[in-house]
Amino acid sequence: MKTECPVCSAQIELAKDAVQGELIECSDCGTELEVVTVNPPKVQEAPQEEEDWGE
Amino acid sequence: MSKIKVSIIGASGYTGGELLRLLLFHPNVEVNQITSESYTGKFVHKVHPNLRKSTMMKFVSVNEIEPCDLLFLCLPHNSSQNHIDNFKKLAPKIIDLSADFRLKDLDEYEKWYGHKHARPDLLGEFVYGIPELHREEMKKANYISSAGCNATASILGLYPLYKNNLVELDRTVIEVKVGSSEGGNKANEGSHHPERANVVRSYQPTQHRHTAEMLQEMSFGKKITIHFSATAIDMVRGLLATCHVFLKDNLQEKDIWKVYREAYGDEPFIRIVKESDGIYRFPEPKLLIGTNYCDIGFKKDEFSNRLVVISAIDNLMKGAAGQALQAFNLMYGFAERTGLEFPGLHPI
Repeated sequence: MKTECPVCSAQIELAKDAVQGELIECSDCGTELEVVTVNPPKVQEAPQEEEDWGE
Repeated sequence: MSKIKVSIIGASGYTGGELLRLLLFHPNVEVNQITSESYTGKFVHKVHPNLRKSTMMKFVSVNEIEPCDLLFLCLPHNSSQNHIDNFKKLAPKIIDLSADFRLKDLDEYEKWYGHKHARPDLLGEFVYGIPELHREEMKKANYISSAGCNATASILGLYPLYKNNLVELDRTVIEVKVGSSEGGNKANEGSHHPERANVVRSYQPTQHRHTAEMLQEMSFGKKITIHFSATAIDMVRGLLATCHVFLKDNLQEKDIWKVYREAYGDEPFIRIVKESDGIYRFPEPKLLIGTNYCDIGFKKDEFSNRLVVISAIDNLMKGAAGQALQAFNLMYGFAERTGLEFPGLHPI
């Protein structure tokens, strides 16, 4: 089950036992992705808290 | 298969020492001789203490050098070109790590280096030494001129953009931050520890010679301008190039990902480092110490067409000895990663 990272367009291979709502990580850009649907395979960027870099 | 017999001319410098470190553990190489005029007769570990017990070799004078399969030249600028005929008689293949044969255009050489070239007739014989750009030529080459460290990081960072004609040709600005080893192993007033420690020293804001290599490799027949500056910081090894380019079209980051994947997806020593979170979201030179990797990242300015490309290497490895060994592997048909597998250290 292949889909595409919405951030960097890398090919994402969903595991056979992936479930809706599961969090996975893009191997290229490291973005945390949420599995929206399994069939058809679709992911979206998972919401994240902004980091404080002390700037 | 018998081993390739190599010698290093000028092995007491940092580049020569780094190259020796790599060659001693290369399964297809026998290091025959290493030269140093200052340390003739001394053990290697007198100068390169990290190699104690790895070898009991001693430095010899260049006058004692014997014929071999390949010579690595790790001499100061303007030395190789004045002795190249002698070196060519000693070995059928040469990899020169100095700047002497990097530029193909004689006028450009004289413009950037400020003197006449001793052997302009040979400029065309040397393949410019970035394997990612000249891999096929290297496989057939007898003479390779290894690229400059600042040029390597900058060119690898920007090459896919120039090749695909994606950036404005006269607005590129590159700022590199470099470590002290780039200045070689000869002490001077500026390298004295109380002066050198903690510096952020703008040592070459304009007219850096490596700019000529960038222009040569990224022009693609067009007139381009590259504004390059170099700053020395408190680091021994490593180099970070921050490159500002302006996109011709309104490309998005996904498009840029595609460009870099197409250019470097199969490259053994180039990694795209662009993470959305974490500490190491972009290339970090300290993680590359001792490795032959060039890490490249990028970020598009959402309020303009500026794209910032960040490129990092170890200046003594991908910027010198590692890249030369990669070229050597290509010349002899060895797997490109042979002798260059070290993945770096963390934490460091």
